[in-house]
Amino acid sequence: MLILSRKKAESIIIDGNIEVKIIDIQDGKVRLGIEAPEDIEILRNELYIEVEKENKAAVGRKLDLNNMKELLKK
Amino acid sequence: MKIETVNFGTIEIEEDKVIYFKEGIPGFEDEKEFVIILNEDLDNPFHFLQSKNTGELSFVIVNPFEIFKDYDIEIPETTVKKLKIEKKEDLVIYSIVVVPEDISKMTVNLLGPIVINSREKLGKQVIIEDSRYTTKELIFKEASEKGGK
Repeated sequence: MLILSRKKAESIIIDGNIEVKIIDIQDGKVRLGIEAPEDIEILRNELYIEVEKENKAAVGRKLDLNNMKELLKK
Repeated sequence: MKIETVNFGTIEIEEDKVIYFKEGIPGFEDEKEFVIILNEDLDNPFHFLQSKNTGELSFVIVNPFEIFKDYDIEIPETTVKKLKIEKKEDLVIYSIVVVPEDISKMTVNLLGPIVINSREKLGKQVIIEDSRYTTKELIFKEASEKGGK
């Protein structure tokens, strides 16, 4: 992992066309501004991990879809 | 083309029904080919997203708009580009269902819709930021709030 120190208003450039700028630093929180091409996805890390967790929880059990349907129709 | 599945035994799938997930899906990044198996019971909203290459890998899915009448999401521009979406009519959206031991507590991931361009046969699980929804929305609560049919 590349580790850099930046002060407020400073930025870094990734791959020539992604810019991450420190907008503000306050109360232990850093406000980041990100400029990137339209095809680049930007997500909070914990959200990706949560979706991954839900996907893994969704598989493995043999399910009775009829029972599930009945529950819904009640 | 035949697939060996856990839920349906051996099934016959037409090649043109295979949807290509270029990035796989979170947790299963190597799974790039899926088919949608619709419930034979037209009244049953639960269907399957079945991996073409891994018979045991099958997700229960629902059309979220059928369960959550006010569900409203914006497809991010990055997704429109990646899935080559040109018309709204090409879009098919499903949500993955997690069913615990107590099936009345089944949940739907409303922050991770499976978005498919049915014309291009391209798909992606899109992760959206929306404080109105969660990754674990209870279905049953919603159904009972509808007044029970």
